Order: sequence, then structure tokens, then C-alpha cells
Amino acid sequence: MTDTAVVDPDSHLSLAELAAKHGLTVAGARPGLAAYTRRLWSYRHFISAYANARIVSSFSTTRLGRLWQVLTPLTNAAVYYLIFGVVLNTKADVPNFIAYLCTGLFVFVFSQTAIHGGVQAISGNLGLIRALQFPRACLPIAVTLTQFSNMVASIVVLIGIVLVTGEPITIEWLVVVPALLLQSVFNAGVAMIVARLGAKLADLKQLIPFIMRTWMYASGVLYSVTLFERHLPVWAARVLESNPLLVYIELMRHALLEGAPLASSQPVLWALAVGWALIAGIGGFVYFWLGEQEYGRG
Amino acid sequence: MAERIPTIVADNVHVVYRVHGAGTPGTGSAVAGLRRLITRTRPPTIREVHAIKGVSFTAYRGEAIGLIGTNGSGKSTLLRAVAGLLPVDRGALYAMGQPSLLGVNAALMNDLSGERNVELGCLAMGMSKAQVREEMPKIIEFSGINDRGDFSSLPMRTYSSGMAARLRFSIAAAKRHDVLLIDEALATGDAQFRRRSEARVRDLRADAGTVFLVSHTMASIIDTCERSIWLESGVIRADGPTDEVVKQYEDFAKRK
Repeated sequence: MTDTAVVDPDSHLSLAELAAKHGLTVAGARPGLAAYTRRLWSYRHFISAYANARIVSSFSTTRLGRLWQVLTPLTNAAVYYLIFGVVLNTKADVPNFIAYLCTGLFVFVFSQTAIHGGVQAISGNLGLIRALQFPRACLPIAVTLTQFSNMVASIVVLIGIVLVTGEPITIEWLVVVPALLLQSVFNAGVAMIVARLGAKLADLKQLIPFIMRTWMYASGVLYSVTLFERHLPVWAARVLESNPLLVYIELMRHALLEGAPLASSQPVLWALAVGWALIAGIGGFVYFWLGEQEYGRG
Repeated sequence: MAERIPTIVADNVHVVYRVHGAGTPGTGSAVAGLRRLITRTRPPTIREVHAIKGVSFTAYRGEAIGLIGTNGSGKSTLLRAVAGLLPVDRGALYAMGQPSLLGVNAALMNDLSGERNVELGCLAMGMSKAQVREEMPKIIEFSGINDRGDFSSLPMRTYSSGMAARLRFSIAAAKRHDVLLIDEALATGDAQFRRRSEARVRDLRADAGTVFLVSHTMASIIDTCERSIWLESGVIRADGPTDEVVKQYEDFAKRK
């Protein structure tokens, strides 16, 4: 093949010109944002199959299998019932405290697990990333989808708890659906942000538990949100009350429970919920896309 | 002679990658870490490796190119860069379509059955659901994992390393690629599967693609590739007809 250079019509071109002439593109170049979104959409079946596979594989060695999706939140609720309902007999100033607590806890755990999974979405899948070319945003989105599936199971448990503790079924329960969807968008956005950070900074994984614990205390999961207004200066209470997780928790409590005290009025809560979902969702997606080429480096 | 269409153009490519956790003695302690934080020096646990130093070549449609060289010469790194999985530091790499890398360490999910892995792998390569349904039996059949009973419904962690490698090769080879990069995958598996996979590589080439093959088994390079590139310490030592390049390489290896 060494003599073919003589008859090759392209031999006078430089390598870059040769590549351009035949329409070759730079290997691994980042597509535009619109093209990337389209590619991501065409991979939707991969995302759902991967999310499903993660659930199956996480339960694959247990005997009860996917039953754990329901048993985990149920056990959680039982532990909190034991501590706050039986041992401490907390009443706070909230009617039906156990249901109040479980609602906050389940909504919080949804975000917590999604963020925790997001940190490892890139760093824990380097084998897959170095082997196959697909839009990397599939991975943090699949993590969120996995946790969404767990959350749906939690909601079923939660509805059971709410009914057993004597709450009436009202039309307001339908609000659970949009609240959950907004929170999912928010989670996906944050998962993408921490996925990119976690890909570069392995130390983040060690920090996340502390960040999440602080966030839990700032979201009024274990106590009534009215505590903030009573014990903090007004500005600090306002800052805490606009924190996204508190907002999603409040919406869910308002939907399922009669007479749960709210930190802000309903329109304010909905505006905050939509705002946070848009900021995190769009911001996270763009931020993740900007790093697309670098994820294979490790 | 008909115009030759290039599929990969490498123009003075440099690849540098960072290795985390490459500890040198006496630098891993907490005190040392604190000192680095204060003096703002780069942690010595991150080291840069200049793996590819200015490589240029052009690969054409219908070619099968063998990539040879001693361990650590940069062969796998070059393939990853061609596949767009590792960013290029200097120079440029142009490719037709999306090159696909087929490596022995392409990790699938070990807790899932072979069938589910086939489904996931195919979807990850961008196949539609209908295509996956159509290809699934062919892939299982080609991999031969069901030759000794129904293994395709068992989790992959129960497979022998040869079986897992065969399944991975079968998944990657199920799709038509413009450019297929194979990293030592043919070395795994028994003699029968190696024959079959070599035949498959020839088929893929006949489909007007380009195949790169990394291997330490000179026999499989000579059988499948008519052109070879010899890479040594990130630099091309020879590029030409396989028999000549392999001869030079073997002389070099013997002298060492």
C-alpha cells in the first residue's frame, strides 16, 4: 500500500483539509445543545431500561426482591413511629404528627437518594463511559428515574399511613401528581450538577452525607415548620422557607393532610416549586452538557 | 484505482491523561494533605501521563489495521481517543460517523441476566426497541453462551470470563459500524469462537467499514489486517503492510 500515495488524488492536501473534504468530524466533539437534547430523547428507552436494571440489580441477591421498594419506606415509618409516637410521644403543635413526619421524610428521602446516586453517576460508571458513546446525561437522569420509581412505592405506603391515621380523602390529593413531577425535575437537575462535580472531585462523595443532613434540618422534616418563625430572625426564616426541599415537602403535606401548618401561602409555594424546578432542571442540564467531552478522562 | 475515502484522520495527536491516586511514599498522610491545602500545591496523587506523543495517520474505508506494540506503548489510549472517549490534548482527530470501541473491559451489569445485558448494550449503542427485539436471538446465538444449557437467563456474574467476553463481543459486533475499534477482544474465547469472531470482523470490513485491531497475538493480526501500525512509547515506529511491520516489531522484541 506504500505506493498508493503516487496515484492518490488527495496526496497534496494537508491532513486537516483531507478530513474536511470528506466530511469527517472531530472525534468525540460536543454536539450543540439542541442536537444533544434530541440525541438524549432518542436514548429514552436506554434510560428507562438502565433505570429498571439498576432497581433489579440492587435487589437481585435479596429474597424478597422488589418487595423491598415498599418495605423500606414502611420500615422507616415504623422506626419513626416507635421513636416519636411511642417513646417520646411528640405532639408538637401539629395534629397527626406521625403522618406529618412521614410525608416530610419520604419527600426528603426522594431528593436525598437522587443526589447521592447522582454524585456517583459518572464516577461509578467509568467502565460504561469508556466503552460506549452515548449522551452521558442518560446516567444522572436514570438515577433520578430509579428513585422516582422508589418514590411511587413510598407514596403508596404514605397514602396507607395517612388513611390509617384518620385523614379524609379529598380532591386535593390530586395535587400530589404535579408536586411530585416538579420535584423530579428539580432532582434530575441537581443530580446532573453533582454528577459533573463528582466526576472531577472524588472528595464530594464524602461530603454529601453532611450536606444532606444539614439540608434535612433546614427543611423541617422532623419538626413543625412554624418553629423557624418562632426561633429565628425574620430574614433567616424567609431564607429557610424558600429552600426547595421545604417547598416540595410543604406541597405534599398540604395535599395529603388536613390542618397541617404551612410556612408560606399556597400561591407562593407553587411559584417557588416551579421556579426551583426550572432553575435546577435547565441550569443542571446546561452545566452537565458543557462538561460532556471530559467524562471519559476520569 | 477508485478514490479512497478516509474514515479516520489523525493529525499530530497528543493525549495526556491524569491518574488519580498514584501515591508516592510519604505524601498520603493527613498532615501532608493539609500542607498542600495551605500552600496550594497540586496533590502528588494526581500525575500526568503523556501517553500519545504526536501521532499522525490516515485510515481508509475497507481497511483493517493492526495496532501493535509492547505493553504500555499507548495502543489502548489511542483507540479511546479515536472513539472520542478520551479528549485530545493537542492536534486533532477526525472521524467519519461515530467510531465504536469494543474492549474486553467494557463493563455491563453483572447482576443482570445475559439477555438483559444484551438489551441494555444494544440500547446504549443507539438501537431502537424493535431492532433490539430482532437482534437479541442472533446475538445470543452468535455468542454461543447457550451451547451448554440456558445461560442467557442467568446473571452475568455466573459466567466464566471467556463467556462474558464472548457476549460483549457479540453485542458490539451486532451493529454495523463505520469504524470499529477492537481492543484485544479476539484473544479471549476458545479457538472455535476466535474463528467465528475473525470471520465476523471480515464481514464488518466487507460492509465498507474500517477496523482497528489491538492484539498481542501476531497470528490474529496477520490473519485479519493487511496494514499495521507499530506504536512504541506513544510514537509511531512503523506504518505499512502487516508482514513488514510485524517483522520489524518481532526483531525489536527479540533484541530486548
